[in-house]
Amino acid sequence: MDKNVDYSKYAVVMKGITKRFPGVLANDRVDLFVKKGEIHAIVGENGAGKTTLMSQLYGLIKPDDGKIYINGVEAQINDPNDAISAKIGMVHQHFMLVDRLSVVENIVLGQEPVRGPFFALNRARKEIKDLSKKFGLIVDPDSIIEDMPVGMQQRVEIIKVLYRGAEILVLDEPTAVLTPQETNELFEVLKSLKSQGKTIIFITHKLNEVMAITESVTVMRLGKVTGVVKTSQTSSKELANMMVGREVLLTVEKNSAHPGDEILQVKDLVVKENRGIEAVRGLSLNVRSGEIVGIAGVAGNGQTELTEAMTGLRKVESGKIIFKGQDITGFSPKKRREMGMGHIPEDRLKHGLIKTFPIYYNFILGEHDDPKFSDGVFLKIEDIRKFSENLVKRFDVRPPKIDLLGMNLSGGNQQKVIVAREIAFDPALMIVSQPTRGLDVGAIEFIHKTLISMRDKGIGILLISMELEEIFSLSDRILTIYEGQIMGEVRPENTTTEEVGLMMAGHRLEDLHQEA
Amino acid sequence: MKDWKKYILNEKVIISLISVLISLVVAAVVMLIIGKNPLVAYAALFYGAFGTKEAIIDNLMKTSPLILTGLAVGFGFRAGLFNIGANGQVIIGALLAAYMGTMVASYPFYLSIPLVMIAGMVGGALWAAIAGWLKAYRGAHEVITTIMLNYVATFIANYVVNGPFQAPGGVPKSPAIAYSAQFPNIMSVGATSLSTIIFVSLAAIVVIYVIIQKTTIGYEVKAVGFNPYAAEYGGISIGKNVVLAMAISGALAGLAGTTQVVGVYGRYFGALGGSMGFDGITIALIGQNDPIGIGLAAFLISSIRTGSNQMQIAGVPKDMVTIIQGIIIFLVATNRIIKTLKVRKRKEVVEV
Repeated sequence: MDKNVDYSKYAVVMKGITKRFPGVLANDRVDLFVKKGEIHAIVGENGAGKTTLMSQLYGLIKPDDGKIYINGVEAQINDPNDAISAKIGMVHQHFMLVDRLSVVENIVLGQEPVRGPFFALNRARKEIKDLSKKFGLIVDPDSIIEDMPVGMQQRVEIIKVLYRGAEILVLDEPTAVLTPQETNELFEVLKSLKSQGKTIIFITHKLNEVMAITESVTVMRLGKVTGVVKTSQTSSKELANMMVGREVLLTVEKNSAHPGDEILQVKDLVVKENRGIEAVRGLSLNVRSGEIVGIAGVAGNGQTELTEAMTGLRKVESGKIIFKGQDITGFSPKKRREMGMGHIPEDRLKHGLIKTFPIYYNFILGEHDDPKFSDGVFLKIEDIRKFSENLVKRFDVRPPKIDLLGMNLSGGNQQKVIVAREIAFDPALMIVSQPTRGLDVGAIEFIHKTLISMRDKGIGILLISMELEEIFSLSDRILTIYEGQIMGEVRPENTTTEEVGLMMAGHRLEDLHQEA
Repeated sequence: MKDWKKYILNEKVIISLISVLISLVVAAVVMLIIGKNPLVAYAALFYGAFGTKEAIIDNLMKTSPLILTGLAVGFGFRAGLFNIGANGQVIIGALLAAYMGTMVASYPFYLSIPLVMIAGMVGGALWAAIAGWLKAYRGAHEVITTIMLNYVATFIANYVVNGPFQAPGGVPKSPAIAYSAQFPNIMSVGATSLSTIIFVSLAAIVVIYVIIQKTTIGYEVKAVGFNPYAAEYGGISIGKNVVLAMAISGALAGLAGTTQVVGVYGRYFGALGGSMGFDGITIALIGQNDPIGIGLAAFLISSIRTGSNQMQIAGVPKDMVTIIQGIIIFLVATNRIIKTLKVRKRKEVVEV
């Protein structure tokens, strides 16, 4: 029947795609139609099957059922090489770059141009310069990847795909790791790619991005397509409802804060980053109990180093950290934790979770030698399990099986485990870094509500986030960080995103007020 | 009952079993190619390992130290450490145990035996802890340092048993240890004796299993091994645990050396350690770092080695067991090969 249908105006058609994993129907008769030269979004919560669908288009996994048509012709895509020869390119959520190699070396990797027995690096460099000029993807071809910010690394990934001749680009949550500024730059690039006839499939769960850049949207939920709409004929609210199947609060409801005593004081803090350059340069701030202090800023302005210094994971060069009236500058992470400092880390898989530990082990990380869970020598396994069962229920971790390994949970549920653990030990102060990075709408809502309720219980919260929206909707006070210094303090009700945006770009609040 | 089934039928066990089977089949093919009958060879191998009382005793006595060195290497792996230096730790442990053994003649056995065993374990532990300390606080990779410490240990031992700690007679061996420090034999058949040291190895399996599964130390060591960043975030000291894990690993290797002194030779002599430290790597790999798995792997390796003599007599080169052993390690180490052999590939991540 399909044979009679003309798909020639579509760059990609996926018809009736079904993919089963044990216990999960990851894709259930999914249809996807992407027109040539458009930017098409696939949105859905974590675990909705977006990445699974795209992995089948790119040949990473094979569908159990269904057909794929590229430019109207049925295509057999058995592995990524087939996809590349069908001119499909994929930019993964986690970059596939060799950190120690330069941009050129990374881009040509696997297809190194040669002259006789020699590596023709100059030719490659020229080709890459042409490509980056053509699409507005400006990068220095000789930079080493590990020295580049994330946004730049992503550009390299995109150039890599273009270098291999891709006409259809699949981007898997490309903005999850980007700052607002980098996101805008990415959007410019995408527009330029589109204007030169490339087709772009854009996986995301950030609805404002969908509204900003795409032409049409396929919404997925629990492995099924729940809606196909033109962007111009829909709204974020409508999309959110299709995604989660219920009404979602896009803003957080909260009462005004009742801050108590000052609980954390940071004075003239100086911290170096790995390469020995000062990343935090004489920064001071304070947090009172029962309030949320947000730190806004573009990624790479010292936030990571600040967080690590405060939690004891990084050496302080000079300055002081005072917690509960005690100078803790030289204290170990363990000591700080014992004093009541909780930490929701920026990178949940690196710091927050041990992927190969079962959930009930992850729930006691940091508290494993507490008398509640250990008699000094032996772990009290029964108590730990009971405690974990309780937390899993209270925080609605799904699936609620405490024997599952950390890596078997979705991102949102991993974050729930971390948040649950940090709340359960009853901290007085919580350092919260990028709490909703890469999470879906439902999980974001949950985490936000939890943070507000912690605040209302009198916990002081220092929130570091690259999501301006998150900073605005949660914070009671907003500090903006730029190159390791605070540019100014504002209250969300008395400021605008423009004002904070200017501070994020390095303008001091005093200067802004003088100009006005 | 259900737990028992889960333990027997888990993926690790299946991978090890299939690896052993495939290696036997491959070796059989090799035998066919060189014109030997594999059935005859395997029958001889089996007979050589289990056919007589002497064979069984010999087999068990070979198994005993291999369990300990396997546990030593396996415990290191749990902390993300590759202890190649078990051989050196065996030697230092055995040397100290022998020295202590000559000092305790006037003590009753219930004092002398613990003293000798503690000496051996402390010797191995300290020797390994050097590498642990260098790794934790100076960033020196343990593969390099432990392998170099092997040479240092060997040369120290050579010097000592050719000089200050040499038994009269000009042979490079230490004086005999006190009778009160020797482990009794359970039984003797001909020239082979089954010593009670086998119980030391079995007890070590239980102790290490408990440490790994049930204790706070085990939790910390595993956390450091799996994800040092998260461990540090959770207030676990990486340096302390690296040193501790190396020390426990070394203590096990030292204990392996000690058992040879107190249960087999009654003294230290040059070749006592043999290659048991390196065999520990093989065994830890086959046993997949699981204490019970290591016990079984040690028994397996010991069995095919013990049986190989009979196989040689039956006309099949003894080296065939090295082939079998090599293939097992290859398959276990590249366990993806076996995983893909499964008809239905299980997806590891269950998305919810």
